[in-house]
Amino acid sequence: MALHCTRACKRYLLHLAQDNVEFRLPEIKALLSLRGQPFRPSEDFKEKSPFWLLDSLSEDDVRSIMTRTVCAKSVFELWGHGRTHSELQTSLLRYPPEDMAPFFQQDSTYKINVYTFNKTLEFKDRIEKIDALEFLPFQGKVNLKNPDHVFCLLEDYGTDPNNIPDEPFHVYFGRWIADGQRDLIRSHSVKKRHFIGNTSMDAGLSFIMANHARVKAHDLVFDPFVGTGSLLVACSHFGAYVCGTDIDYNTIHGIGKSSRKNQKWRGPDENIRANLRQYGLEQFYMDVLVADASKTIWREGQLFDAIVTDPPYGIRESTRRTGSQKEIIKPPDDFYGESHVPVSMAYHLSDIFSDLLRFAARYLVMGGRLVYWLPVYRPEYREEMIPLHPCLTLISNCEQTLSSHTSRRLITMEKTKELEDSDDLALLHDSRYSPYQGHNAFREKYFSGITKRNGRDEAKTQMKEDN
Amino acid sequence: MKLLTHNMLTSHVKGVTKGYPLLIKATEVKVSEVEFNPQFVIRMIPKLEWPSLVQAAAGLGYLNDLPSDLVPDYENNEEFLRKVHRVLLEVEVLEGCLQCPESGREFPISRGIPNMLLNEDEV
Repeated sequence: MALHCTRACKRYLLHLAQDNVEFRLPEIKALLSLRGQPFRPSEDFKEKSPFWLLDSLSEDDVRSIMTRTVCAKSVFELWGHGRTHSELQTSLLRYPPEDMAPFFQQDSTYKINVYTFNKTLEFKDRIEKIDALEFLPFQGKVNLKNPDHVFCLLEDYGTDPNNIPDEPFHVYFGRWIADGQRDLIRSHSVKKRHFIGNTSMDAGLSFIMANHARVKAHDLVFDPFVGTGSLLVACSHFGAYVCGTDIDYNTIHGIGKSSRKNQKWRGPDENIRANLRQYGLEQFYMDVLVADASKTIWREGQLFDAIVTDPPYGIRESTRRTGSQKEIIKPPDDFYGESHVPVSMAYHLSDIFSDLLRFAARYLVMGGRLVYWLPVYRPEYREEMIPLHPCLTLISNCEQTLSSHTSRRLITMEKTKELEDSDDLALLHDSRYSPYQGHNAFREKYFSGITKRNGRDEAKTQMKEDN
Repeated sequence: MKLLTHNMLTSHVKGVTKGYPLLIKATEVKVSEVEFNPQFVIRMIPKLEWPSLVQAAAGLGYLNDLPSDLVPDYENNEEFLRKVHRVLLEVEVLEGCLQCPESGREFPISRGIPNMLLNEDEV
């Protein structure tokens, strides 16, 4: 395979983590689009592989991606690759020597790492592999602690841990450029967070959501189901100012029962603002409010650059909205004070999502993104179930499995059309815009006897019914 | 509640047609320093209802000679941007309420957090 590399156009090797596999491509695409770059994979691109080759990017482009990504581990300037070590050697000898020279200078220090995927090599084998690279004109001194340049030999032994080949399927050699932000997953772990709730979003997924939403510095980001503010932490990490609302007074004020195991009540300063302060991000705190996401509390305007949220599905947090209904059993107190708790009523899941899309169409800036989780009952899931809106274009849809029969899907949409009056009419009359309706019973299905049964059996029955 | 938030909030009491801007009735106001970020202020200015911002700042006694009309070429006017920054992000209403200009409905603010929930018969 010929390498067409010039100074302006180089090929990079992205090494990705093998968790959240479905979320990686939309993340990298979103981060590339922040640089105005399309995703240009090599011909033999395999989405599930831990190694991706990206063409026609500058070093600044890839460095910028690495300052954000939690899906990619490292990026290398690719100098050569092949299916065997001799192919690698041929490929490396074809790489322009003048592009290697600046990193081989006599007064510089370097080290070579050997990374193997799906295989552990013994020390002596590693050394052997490094020695085999001596045809390259290394002239600097080896420094393992603090080298000027780091090179890496990467070997891909496939993805099947039960069937590891003797020889790798593919080998790569390149110059290390940068690592991604995997460290954030540990440093921002919910375990170490000041204020948490029962449904606080995992740190890695929170950053993935902020990346899918293309949240960037000087943005204003909104979460209408803010809870304990995990998503606001991730968004403000990337320099966005954040605000959120939640219907739960106690959560917003950080009072009431603690979600921690050995702690009964929440402490005096357990709130969203303190969470941002914990990570040195308080300057990005705008406000959180007690409000009902089904009611408009914002004036007209394209106020938000992104909306990133995890709506309640009624499993660990109830779906509620305020409202008056015939079903109200106990008449509300005639007290309009601070402590009045309005009667909350069931908030149908399909209504939550159609309200959310309508809200996004109305309040997002053009090109702004909505990122949210949609719970699905897997045996009944069809792609047409994803709620649509005439002003929003579906960008990505990634599944995270929760059980054999349930999952949640991370939906990313982009506002691509200004909202017009006719859009609301279309929503009412066009059934394509309310496909999630039948899925309202997610909670019932989740808790029903079906839980015990195999999701696949369920799918079979479903198929029979469909036929 | 910061005045940036206030600038974007409206009353949503049933039947109200002019619920904006909400009147601020503050019993406790705090000014806390927030790092100045001119790019953010520049991005927010076109989104603001300027007269409401001036009115809100004046009402709280924190106008600090913020001009009643938006100055032209504000992008390059650091002194002006700093004044806007202060009013948008540093002045905070801790206790008090927001009042709907039409219905008179009050939304309480406690520990800096407005409660915008309405009762069953108001929605």
